[in-house]
Amino acid sequence: MIQFELNGEAILLPEDIDPSMPLLWVVREQLGLTGSKFGCGQGLCGACTLHVDGVATRSCTLPVSQVAGKSVTTIEGLGGNHPVQQAWREIDVPQCGYCQSGQIMSAVALLADNPDPSDEDINRAMAGNLCRCGSYPRIRRAIHRAASLGGAVRQFDPEGLL
Amino acid sequence: MKLTRRKLLIGGGLVGGGLVIGFSLGGDDSPPTTAAGSFQPNAWLQVTPDGRVIFQLDKAEMGQGVYTGLTTIMGEALDYNPANIQVQMAGVHSAYNNPAMGMQVTGGSTSLTTSWIPLREAGARARAMLMEAAAAKWQVPVAELGTDDGFVVHSGSDHRASYGELAERAKKVAVPESVPLNRAADYKWVGQSLPRFDSAAKIDGTAEFGVDVKLPNMKVAVVIRCPHFGGSLNSFDDSTAEQQPGVRKVFAIHNGVAVVADGYWQARQAANKVKVEWDKGPLAGLNSATIRERQEHALDHAETIVEAENEGDADGMWETARSSATAVSIEAVYAAPFLHHSTMEPQNCTALVTGDRCELWAPSQAPGFVQALAAQFGGFARSKVKVNTTLMGGGFGRRAMTDFAGEAAAIAKQMPGVPIKLMWSREDDMRHDFYRPSTLHRLRGAIDDRGEISTWRHRLVSASITKGMAVTLVDAYLPSWLPEAMARGIGRFAGNAAANRDTGMAEGAEIPYAVTNKKVDVALYDPGIPLGFWRSVGHSHTAFVVESFMDEMAHAAKQDPVQFRLKYLQEHPRHIGVLKAAAEAANWGKASSGRHQGVAVHESFSSYAAQVVELSGGPSGYKIERVICAVDCGLVVNPDIVVEQVESAVIYGLSAALKAPLTIEDGRVVQSNFHDLPVLRIDETPEIEVILIDSDAHPTGIGEIATPPIAPALANALFQASGKRQRELPLELGSGK
Repeated sequence: MIQFELNGEAILLPEDIDPSMPLLWVVREQLGLTGSKFGCGQGLCGACTLHVDGVATRSCTLPVSQVAGKSVTTIEGLGGNHPVQQAWREIDVPQCGYCQSGQIMSAVALLADNPDPSDEDINRAMAGNLCRCGSYPRIRRAIHRAASLGGAVRQFDPEGLL
Repeated sequence: MKLTRRKLLIGGGLVGGGLVIGFSLGGDDSPPTTAAGSFQPNAWLQVTPDGRVIFQLDKAEMGQGVYTGLTTIMGEALDYNPANIQVQMAGVHSAYNNPAMGMQVTGGSTSLTTSWIPLREAGARARAMLMEAAAAKWQVPVAELGTDDGFVVHSGSDHRASYGELAERAKKVAVPESVPLNRAADYKWVGQSLPRFDSAAKIDGTAEFGVDVKLPNMKVAVVIRCPHFGGSLNSFDDSTAEQQPGVRKVFAIHNGVAVVADGYWQARQAANKVKVEWDKGPLAGLNSATIRERQEHALDHAETIVEAENEGDADGMWETARSSATAVSIEAVYAAPFLHHSTMEPQNCTALVTGDRCELWAPSQAPGFVQALAAQFGGFARSKVKVNTTLMGGGFGRRAMTDFAGEAAAIAKQMPGVPIKLMWSREDDMRHDFYRPSTLHRLRGAIDDRGEISTWRHRLVSASITKGMAVTLVDAYLPSWLPEAMARGIGRFAGNAAANRDTGMAEGAEIPYAVTNKKVDVALYDPGIPLGFWRSVGHSHTAFVVESFMDEMAHAAKQDPVQFRLKYLQEHPRHIGVLKAAAEAANWGKASSGRHQGVAVHESFSSYAAQVVELSGGPSGYKIERVICAVDCGLVVNPDIVVEQVESAVIYGLSAALKAPLTIEDGRVVQSNFHDLPVLRIDETPEIEVILIDSDAHPTGIGEIATPPIAPALANALFQASGKRQRELPLELGSGK
């Protein structure tokens, strides 16, 4: 049986689950957390980005068996007041908003590794997250802003107090 | 919907420039009355006895900001903090028809410009009625009353009542004939950069898009469609697929094979195991090269020519210039490819059939079309189809087409009582889009011995988007008792009639420049690829051609491209305003060493945009350093959202201007996902500076305005840098073609 942690909660998947099913569908359809989005199904757009043991990961191509024993954090697990989310609100980043969960998860992982990224660092870390509304200039500004708010926080915060 | 007199008397809200239109308070397509006993003076507003103000948002929120902008207008008129208004997505109703189109459609950058007066009137009426109610309650003259963010207040006493407290009494007040509209000097919220009201939910992951709809016992469907446009299903073998875990049903629908399973993954895995034989249909063998050859042939041999503009004697002057020893004459051919929309949220739609009724949850720009296509393909009376519009992960015109609703209804019809969420893959989305038409343009222009443009002759080869739209809509709205063949005949007739008169194919090609001899016409050639509205529609290619060729003219006349344009724009102050503002902000003509600039100016959707693109680098590769964009869209309701829309439109346009286009082979799209049909990424995004022209003119469109000028401004900058003119999209940042 596949067991993992989702946003701090222990998850035990039913025995008959297809171990090759991508984590995205387990999270969205079986566990009901729809913040992580389906965009391409091939790991090409980043809309499904979540964290596996703190690493930004494309969940649309990751077989659920691969997260056995690991800790998964989705946008819901950030608690809403993560410094990156605060910065996102301040700069009013989203337009349609569909890609933003993935953008935010990538940004959180970037800041955890690199608390004060340059524009070049941001380009490297965020180039895999597509946005058709063109929120890129605001994403860049918001990451710099989050860095100044102390955005280098990776771990799940159950109280949402970060 | 037909309004009966009785319904009109019950309703009696007022919308659309003083035109009285009622709305029914009962029946299948009424605006939802969520709170019993609420004061509901028109189709948009409800004030509940417990004090909530509910606004029916009749435009779709796809990122462009109507959720915030229109709510702000309503809040301002009602004098109620718009951030506290409860926004609901409106259902389908004639009261919500877009006055610019006569249909309930969000598109054409019309939302704000068409809502500006009606929403203010509706809010002002409601406010006046609440004040009347207070006057009666307190027995004071209404002239002594005012409002203060959700309260009616009396100047001569400490009387003060919330809108909610007055709701019951206000219901008995007659809707006033006319009310004064609020004035700019009194605006509290209009003109402020209020944070978007939809941001918080989009940042914490709780925003519900179409794909996030959850219903009890819901199943997920995918459809295997014929990859060849116009093709059809010969046969399919589902013997393996049906035995896959979680699979509920596999069956044919009007355009392919539906696979219904417990979840998306199961449905997709099973669909991969269905063996399908297609009839490739009428486009078999068609490819991009053939289309190009036929477009070139059509330039001089098309059966149908649609004239868009004709002043003076453009053709005669071209011949004169050609035989003149002193004139410079230029003939140039420009080309623009088919374009995909690629909204980040792939198309989807949820449907539930109960008895003879169908309810849908659709991320759509056109809920009326959702209703019509669901009725058509599911076999329901339109009055039995209820549509819920969800948030949508991008629209850009794609979601004005509602093919997904017909599919969802057809599938749900086969499984009554089971909610069906139809989901498209990215591959489905890219290969079954309604594409921006591919166009070919031939420009002939001449500069006479005084350095003036003596002729401007533009012929473009295009197909008509309206044609396909007409066929679809005629089919969807024709009575179901008509024999199918006859209905198709009527649809085709309407489509051809529409195409033959569709000057929209050349929209944006009618130049603002004061040229005496000018002619624009369209040679009709329809390769049969499904076409749709792509952000800025015709302007997306005509602006590229017109503004590139204007640059060619300026260089032929050996004049500065900005000054040259200004000379021909003397009758167009708003063009001049944005052009000068952009040039000044860009330090036009004085670019620092190693930088190269190009300019373009274009009007679309009654708004104006000018852009300067600045490049660095050399022949081995240029880099876009910054884009300066000045826009004039009249009065600005929310400056930050306008800036955001400009950034957005520039990036959307830049993506199309630079990225590999889709190609057609054997009547199908070759590419399938973001690896072979790439879009612009953050590391390719230049700095974008936005200048808003201060204006109190009637607000006009902003969602699409900044897309048209980006390709020509970039092409002109590349010419400035390299001396090579690129006339075919996409452009190359390398050494040029």
